[in-house]
Amino acid sequence: MGNDKPDVLHGSLALMVLRTLETLGPQHGWGIARRIEQTSGDLLELNQGTLYPALLRMEQMGWIASKWGTSENNRRAKYYSITRAGKKQLAAEEENWERISDIIGRFLTPTRESS
Amino acid sequence: MTGLRVFWRRLVGLLRRRRLEREVEDELDFHLHMEIGENLRRGMRPEEARRAALRRFGGVAQIRESCRETGGLPMIDTLWQDVRFGLRVLRRNPGFSALAIFCLTLGIGANASVFSWMEGILLRPFPLVEHQERMMAVAGSERGAPGHTDVSWPDFQDFQKNCTSFDAFIVDRITGTTLSIGERAERSPMSVVSANYFDALGVRPILGRGFEPGENVGRNAHPVTVISYRMWKERFRGDPQIIGKTQMLNGMPHTNVGVAPEGFYGTFVGWSMQLWVPLSMQELFDPGGYKLEDRGARWIEGFVRLKPGVTPQQAQAEISAMASRLEAVYPGSNRGRGIQLYPLWKTPFNNASTLLPTLSIALGVAVLVLLIACANVSNLVLVRAFGRRHEMTVRMAIGSGRGRLLQQLLTEGMILSSLAAASGFLLAYWCRNLFVLLLPPRGGVAMFLPGGLDWRVFALSAGVCVVSTVLFGLVPAVETSNIDLAGALRAESGGVVGGGRHAWARSGLVLVQVALSFVLLAGAGLLFQSLRSVEHTSPGFSTKVFTTYTDFAAAGYKPERIKSFEDELIDRLQAVRGVETAAFVKTVPFSYRSYSSAAIAVEGYETPPDQQLTVDYDEVGPGYFAAMGIPLVSGREFTRLDNESAPPAAILNELMATEYWRGRDPVGQRFQVNGRWVQVVGVARMSKVRNLTEVPRPFFYLPMRQSSMGSGLQVRTALGGDRIAGILRREVRKLDPNLALGEVITMHEQVERTTAFQRVAVSMLAVFGSLALVLAAIGLYGVMSYKVSQGRREMGLRMALGADTSDLLRGVLRQGLALTAGGIALGAAAGLALTRLIVGLLYKVSAHDPLAFAMAAAVMTVASLTACLAPAWRAARTDPVEALRP
Repeated sequence: MGNDKPDVLHGSLALMVLRTLETLGPQHGWGIARRIEQTSGDLLELNQGTLYPALLRMEQMGWIASKWGTSENNRRAKYYSITRAGKKQLAAEEENWERISDIIGRFLTPTRESS
Repeated sequence: MTGLRVFWRRLVGLLRRRRLEREVEDELDFHLHMEIGENLRRGMRPEEARRAALRRFGGVAQIRESCRETGGLPMIDTLWQDVRFGLRVLRRNPGFSALAIFCLTLGIGANASVFSWMEGILLRPFPLVEHQERMMAVAGSERGAPGHTDVSWPDFQDFQKNCTSFDAFIVDRITGTTLSIGERAERSPMSVVSANYFDALGVRPILGRGFEPGENVGRNAHPVTVISYRMWKERFRGDPQIIGKTQMLNGMPHTNVGVAPEGFYGTFVGWSMQLWVPLSMQELFDPGGYKLEDRGARWIEGFVRLKPGVTPQQAQAEISAMASRLEAVYPGSNRGRGIQLYPLWKTPFNNASTLLPTLSIALGVAVLVLLIACANVSNLVLVRAFGRRHEMTVRMAIGSGRGRLLQQLLTEGMILSSLAAASGFLLAYWCRNLFVLLLPPRGGVAMFLPGGLDWRVFALSAGVCVVSTVLFGLVPAVETSNIDLAGALRAESGGVVGGGRHAWARSGLVLVQVALSFVLLAGAGLLFQSLRSVEHTSPGFSTKVFTTYTDFAAAGYKPERIKSFEDELIDRLQAVRGVETAAFVKTVPFSYRSYSSAAIAVEGYETPPDQQLTVDYDEVGPGYFAAMGIPLVSGREFTRLDNESAPPAAILNELMATEYWRGRDPVGQRFQVNGRWVQVVGVARMSKVRNLTEVPRPFFYLPMRQSSMGSGLQVRTALGGDRIAGILRREVRKLDPNLALGEVITMHEQVERTTAFQRVAVSMLAVFGSLALVLAAIGLYGVMSYKVSQGRREMGLRMALGADTSDLLRGVLRQGLALTAGGIALGAAAGLALTRLIVGLLYKVSAHDPLAFAMAAAVMTVASLTACLAPAWRAARTDPVEALRP
């Protein structure tokens, strides 16, 4: 894509969204996108639009719920919040993610040392 | 769980698609608004802020589409699109659509009708009766003898008491009575049933009650009756006070105790019962005396209901074991006797078994017609697909997948066949009671054979609809999706139409149609020839004799009175000018009534020890053989002197004489009938007794006066039907105005009624065969017309080079005939294998009868020639100048 910033890893977007909603409470889509970019220290460039189908899918799974509300600048906006099922999913994903990064880490560390 | 929830939400999303789309729109708008605001705050110029926001967001249209797909059900979504598109396409080609739907309607409708007949006549024949899937018919069997027998009441009770596999044993013996309704007498079918009948069937009378257990016992002790809904409405005008009132039945007042619910017709395939009486009334309604305590008197036809989970094999094993126990305990009456359970559709004692072969043929024929219709529609779709090549090619060029195109084509096919299925089902609804129209009334009572349209028939028809979609959609779909993109685009731009493969596929389809039609025609030919040879078979008696009956039982006659009445009536009739002779008989040949059979013993003829020699016999009055025109080969006819006080006499048929007396002249010899010695006084020439195709079997006759009195009346006369019917009615009324006389028909008609089933099969095959022929001819016409229109240039060229019109004419006809010949060859091969299935219906005709096949080939060829004539004529009239102009 002619972009050296890493693309959002498959499956990790849900984790980021859930984490964001757990930390910040109800947020609209733009807010979530901003937060993910900020947290990644602007290292991760989200193609912001891809967030929306993901939000829909997560809502269908029952991890998040949505409600129309009024934004800080007085516009109608859709607010998302994490559900109980979402929290459970988050815990499971976090654990999963840590395990994977641990495994990957073990593969990468010795290689780096040897080079 | 989650999967289900997701599906549900998507489904909701699909239904609220508008709202979902608007929300997504709003949400994306809001997002961009916020992003632009942020960019402005960072100091960008408005235009730059907007562009940056959009860049950052990614393709708005793509995201919107992606949200739409995620939010709804894309598969259903595209399906819906396809359906709408398909409907539009079909509306644009009304001629094509109408023709295709018409063909399919015939195919699907024919199948649905046959399904409904099978359901209503064979599989679930008894409306309102519970658990018919666990019901089986019960009949007796006799070691060493084919066919079935009835069962005696003492045996029946022993089975009921000792067998554990059954929920219920039900007795249902059909009989009839004559009821006077106003001026006319009407023969009404009725049943003698066990007291548990209504309870066991789960049929609740709408007024009054069913029968009570006590009503099984006591000789003629319970003159009570449950009447049918129709009888209650028509004969008693729906009288709400009907319960407790009496009506005369066979000379005895009967109390109406119940009215059966509307739609309950009893449990006999073929007739709608008008009333029911309990078992204890057997003697009054079932001829042949009191039988309830006689283990040797077999008269019961019945049903059992298996307990849930019991297999028919288990039930049969248990009841057979019980039958052999009875055989050991009662060797006198039960030697060699077994019990056989039958699935309802094979019930031997009602019309299920007689209709089974006819209905099987109907099903086979309906399937063939469906196949032909599918081939025709397939052809139509192919033609149209050709017209839509451009559309398909363009769609593929802009990136539609083959799968997507296939889906579109199959959806269109599905729309066609769904519409056809709907109208086909309507057709089946109209035809559901049509089957009975093919059959003449028997014994003066109209047959009752309703079709059953229930969810099973519906499901099966829907299945047929799907299968036919795949069948007719397959060839065109494969053909279309195989479009060679580059080739097609090039060909179109060149203005030359290709389609060699298409032509091949279409010719193949026509080949199939011709072959299938040929099979139907050959089958019709075989059945027709068989029918002709059946009808040319002599029954062994004169078919010009008139037959009728008087209903003594309904008028309450005792045997003495019957005797004096019969003598007097015969005397009066023979005094009428034009009447040659008349005689009474118990069972008129070729009637539905079964013959009595008796255990016989012949001096000097050894019987295997575990077998009982039984032979059927009829009881006939004086002068019967003369009246029927059956010659005697030796001895004499019965006379009035063969009465109660004379020595018992018998007349044998030739086969019985040769079989048991082996060349000796039996006249003057004695043999035992049910333990009673009788003397042979004559031997009669062989004559058929049940139907024209029966295998000759030993048979004998007893004088009525020495046995039991019958009421069939045979009249030999030169007078016409109306004249003799008038005379009979007048003479009977003079003797007793209360006595009802049945319809007067010739024995020819009587014989014809037994061949009704064969005639039904022939006419069905003939109708469907000509339908198939027309469809095949249309297919052939289409292919040849197409070929001619494609070959115009070539023909023009040939004409310019000196070919004359007859060359072109011959060329086209040759091509058409080549297709036909191929189809006939294919059909003959299939036919030789398939006609074996109807061999059981063929009488003195080989299943491979060359004449039938040759006739079918001739008819097919003529039809093909006719179909090719118009295209050939068009080809011959090609104007070379016109054709060669670019």
